[in-house]
Amino acid sequence: MAETPLWEVFIRPRNGLSHKHVGSIHAADEVLAVQAARDVYTRRGEGTSIWVVRSADIVASDPDQAAENFEPTAGKVYRHPTFYEIPEEVGHM
Amino acid sequence: MALFDAILELADDHLVLGHRLSEWCGHAPMLEEDLAMPNMALDLIGTARTLYDHAGKLEGAGRDEDALAYTRGEREYRNLLLVERPNEDFAHTMLRQLYFAAFMEPYWQACLDHEDEVVRGVAGKAIKEMAYHIRHAGEWVIRLGDGTEESARRMREAVDALHLYTGELFEEGAAEGVLPARAAMRPVWEDTVGRIFAEAGLDMPEGAIALSGGRRGEHGEGLGHLLAEMQSLHRAHIGATW
Repeated sequence: MAETPLWEVFIRPRNGLSHKHVGSIHAADEVLAVQAARDVYTRRGEGTSIWVVRSADIVASDPDQAAENFEPTAGKVYRHPTFYEIPEEVGHM
Repeated sequence: MALFDAILELADDHLVLGHRLSEWCGHAPMLEEDLAMPNMALDLIGTARTLYDHAGKLEGAGRDEDALAYTRGEREYRNLLLVERPNEDFAHTMLRQLYFAAFMEPYWQACLDHEDEVVRGVAGKAIKEMAYHIRHAGEWVIRLGDGTEESARRMREAVDALHLYTGELFEEGAAEGVLPARAAMRPVWEDTVGRIFAEAGLDMPEGAIALSGGRRGEHGEGLGHLLAEMQSLHRAHIGATW
């Protein structure tokens, strides 16, 4: 099994929601990858759509750059939409 | 009782094949298939339960699904010889699944306008399950048949070992005049299996002898062992429930 590629699995729970990463599976090719994802991750009615992507094709951020990537946002609370008053008529958002 | 006998045959096919698939649980070649095969087993056992329950009511002798599944002996089982064949290797298991599902999918289609409401209900649900079983097993048959030297050899051995049990799929048995004609499924079955074999680089055997006897209770030695394991808990603790 060592040479069987790894795939990342994304499931969309319902129409209108985004696909969400749920885990990974091994499969020899894309057709078997979708089947394996269906068999492993949708057994309890979790989804209406499946995406699979070869893990090798994912480009990730470098953990060594975590500080420069993510820490500068920490002081910018004004980017959170908490400084606006929502008119009553809009109701719950 | 004609419908009782016909439904019992179908229920036995599904239970025995479901049990065979469940034997892979914990032993499959990879984790993904270790979940996929019990998934398929549960589809089959779910169908068997509904059919046994209905058969028991049609019979009206007080036998429920457990009584029908757990207290009948080997000679009373009416399943096809194909479904009781041992798992052997993954090639045998996937081919057996393809052979069975490629029959049942069109057969359930033909059952959709049956006069019996339960038969129609089971058919509507099972069509989708069988369509997936054809796809899952078919993709594996293609990859093993058209794979490495060893996988191709094992696939050919599975065809040699199992093809002679496929003729029994089309024998009418107790279904005659009660459920749709089984022989009428042959062209669709040959088309489904033929397309997959063509892609897998496998030759469809021709003119082979068809073994049968399952519908008369004449089984291979494997079924007795399967039933002994499946029924042991119920026989030791009569009426046991989860």
